[in-house]
Amino acid sequence: MTEQFTPPPARGCANTPVLKERGQHEVFCGLTGIIWLHRKMQDAFFLVVGSRTCAHLLQSAAGVMIFAEPRFATAILEETDLAGMADAQQELDRVVSELLARRPDIKQLFLVGSCPSEVIKLDLAKAAERMSAQFAPNVRVLSYSGSGIETTFTQGEDACLAAMVPVLPQTEARELLLVGALPDVVEEQAVGLLEAMGIGPIRVLPASHINDEYGIGSNTFYALTQPFLTDTHEALQRRGAQHIAAPFPFGEEGTTQWLRAIADQFGVSEAKFAEVTDAPRARARKAVAQASEAIKGKSVFFFPDSQLEIPLARFLTRECGMEAVEVGAPFIHKAVMSSDLNLLSEGPVIAEGQDVDKQLDRCRAARPDLTVCGLGLANPLEAEGLTTKWAIELVFTPVHFYEQAGDLAGLFSRPVRRRDLLKLEAAE
Amino acid sequence: MKLTVWTYEGPPHVGAMRVATGMKDMHYVLHAPQGDTYADLLFTMIERRNHRPPVTYTTFQARDLGADTAYLFKDAAIAAYERFKPEAMIVGASCTAELIQDDPGGLAETLGLPIPAIPLELPSYQRKENFGADETFFQIVRVLAKPMEKTARITANLIGPTGLGFRHRDDIVEVTGLLMDMGIEVNVVAPMPASPSDIAKMGQAHFNVLMYPETAETAARYMERELGQPYTKVVPIGVGATRDFVKEVAEIAGVEPVMDDSRLRMPWYSASVDSTYLTGKRVFLFGDGTHVAACARIARDEMGFEVVGMGCYNREQARMLRSLAKDYGVEALITDDYLEVERRIEELAPEMILGTQMERHIGKRLGIPCAVISAPVHVQDFPARYSPQMGIEGANVIFDTWVHPLVMGLEEHLLTMFREDFEFHDDAGASHHGHKAKLREMGIRELPDSETVTPEPVQASTGPVEIVWLPAAEKELKKIPFFVRGKARRNTETFAFERGVQEISVDTLYEAKAHYAR
Repeated sequence: MTEQFTPPPARGCANTPVLKERGQHEVFCGLTGIIWLHRKMQDAFFLVVGSRTCAHLLQSAAGVMIFAEPRFATAILEETDLAGMADAQQELDRVVSELLARRPDIKQLFLVGSCPSEVIKLDLAKAAERMSAQFAPNVRVLSYSGSGIETTFTQGEDACLAAMVPVLPQTEARELLLVGALPDVVEEQAVGLLEAMGIGPIRVLPASHINDEYGIGSNTFYALTQPFLTDTHEALQRRGAQHIAAPFPFGEEGTTQWLRAIADQFGVSEAKFAEVTDAPRARARKAVAQASEAIKGKSVFFFPDSQLEIPLARFLTRECGMEAVEVGAPFIHKAVMSSDLNLLSEGPVIAEGQDVDKQLDRCRAARPDLTVCGLGLANPLEAEGLTTKWAIELVFTPVHFYEQAGDLAGLFSRPVRRRDLLKLEAAE
Repeated sequence: MKLTVWTYEGPPHVGAMRVATGMKDMHYVLHAPQGDTYADLLFTMIERRNHRPPVTYTTFQARDLGADTAYLFKDAAIAAYERFKPEAMIVGASCTAELIQDDPGGLAETLGLPIPAIPLELPSYQRKENFGADETFFQIVRVLAKPMEKTARITANLIGPTGLGFRHRDDIVEVTGLLMDMGIEVNVVAPMPASPSDIAKMGQAHFNVLMYPETAETAARYMERELGQPYTKVVPIGVGATRDFVKEVAEIAGVEPVMDDSRLRMPWYSASVDSTYLTGKRVFLFGDGTHVAACARIARDEMGFEVVGMGCYNREQARMLRSLAKDYGVEALITDDYLEVERRIEELAPEMILGTQMERHIGKRLGIPCAVISAPVHVQDFPARYSPQMGIEGANVIFDTWVHPLVMGLEEHLLTMFREDFEFHDDAGASHHGHKAKLREMGIRELPDSETVTPEPVQASTGPVEIVWLPAAEKELKKIPFFVRGKARRNTETFAFERGVQEISVDTLYEAKAHYAR
């Protein structure tokens, strides 16, 4: 493929001062990640140790109650558990024993910490260790925190994967590890492209079954597929694994640069790279061009949600012709995000954290053509005449790599096209 | 510690949010960690509200816990007052904040705000959403409503409607109409859509209409005691209950029991011959106590169903429902454990479920039709059209809603008659449904469609004695329409088991059918 990318901006956002906000955060906590993690790890069960609020959140975030008996549940703390710590550990043992007796299909159990369990300092790591010894070798028990006082939305997946890294065996094999829970269709595409370049063996974290696991060591090269996996990144560094830094694989440009960074690491020739990627690149460009017609030249404002905001702003500004007004992220890890920040042209406000009422004031003043925000804000902003895109869909929908690049652009253009289509003078 | 898969009710602070969000010019300052804001989307997405719930969350984080979280609450309360200028505030803690014991009520008092700041004590580790709503409304009334001179004309308050309520929006209209027919004006409807200044005027009504005991019974009792306002005990859901309600109101208000029933179609629809097929349909009811009690009466007395079981998830109504169930000759199931409800439904194998969105999923899994009669709510429970449960139109709506999931009168017979037909076979389901839920019949092994019949008999799991279905009987069972097949299998197995028959033949099947014939 001869066409090149839009040249990188003269000044990217890597050194833009970040507006740090402290106030009401209109975001999910890390427990939400369980909704997709439990689908990805098919022999895993997620047991939240928390309150009725946690159970209610999971149910509300799942949107519908699809599964009669899903592979997640909440051990709800009651008044009696709060009285004494010894009781809580014993109670947890009882709940877990009953659960594992009823569900012999479970091979990995995650004890997931919540706000209340953190506040009462219920030691889930100790519990996991004790239970691992008790239930080995049939069930491995790990713990992580998805609490709102420590994690924001996608950081729950990060905490979960980070908890899995230390228990992976040691290996010196030269392997590629793709990190992040992606929908199967997307994961298969990535693996297919890389294998076609002759790269392998390719491992995936999280593996879909515990028996598919592999080792980690200094010859493990890993690429993150999601920008929020910063603790996992650090856990892998501690195991001596080597990070392949790249922009995240959203859109044609992001995917190509991400693949190229891996290809370079594994000594893939320019010709081979072109042979594998030219056709899907051309398809992706065409699809993005079509899907982004309605948003070209329009402005976009991101409320913080999943940490995907910066890579997506990069995609929308460089490949879809949008102009970013504000890019809010719950948390910005500069090392992991630098490749994307460098490509995002200077201009937008880069905000970290949130004071939602102040941010709403800025958004209303800017009147962007498209506002990317959480479900709690979307309808209220629509009612004020702003066009919105629910951010959570970006996490639940396959959006990575070439074949989804057009769909990704479509997610942003659909609300804009819809507003143009509807002739609802009488509405609201 | 209690293992919970799905919950019927949220935590109590969500109940408080339902009250605050239903109201105008009220603001809720909630001491809560990041993430508790998820509850906003219940209102903006499920109920499609066009404004954010009036809730400010303090959003404390782990790093705040070592230091002082109380100032976070004070700052948030002051900022919320200055930004939203509400007439009153409610202040409280979510489950996590309850543990750090910052006492939002006490803190709010020290701020010297020029508006009432009403403290809420909602024990998150003991109680649930309905309690939270009921207690919040009670505290608001206790602080804001005072005894005052009654209006010259007879007026009533309607109490109980909240945000995220099951058809509350439309029930208000319907009940207002019923009162209007008797010349009674509505003074205040609360908590939704009242403002704090409306609440302050509640004392001037002559009596209260308690629409939903779940969310307003404590306030109703308080107002009876302190404001001298009697309240209604009948919830006007169903034809009989609506007539009783009119009588009760007439007695309290000292007026004639007038009801304009010119739009009431339900009794005739139920009496018309097409409804004959509803006779004796075995139904199971589950939901909040109030809706289940009202719907049980409709099911038995107005639809001609047989009530085979009932239950509720809110313990506050357990006593009422237990004694009601006794009248129906069934045992009430009081639980908030979804799996327990599912087991009971499997056991009873009803022909229809009248339940919540949870039971709708159970029904889907078991292949049993279900109509929704109660919260917890789903986006489907907020239809664009007028769709009350109470009063005359409510009775009409309930008839339609309950009949819809069923296969209609004559069609039931046609499906049976043409069951071997390639397109009009029984698995095609009711013709007015776009698609039908895939059946997962309890323990039934599907036979191949071709003529080759499985040689080895199918084993049934009833009791310690193994009962087997002979291939011919299994094939015959397949000819029974899908909506009664589960029951036929169960009845036959019970019949065989009771008689010590170990092999079910075609004869056994029809003997059982004759035995259970009604």
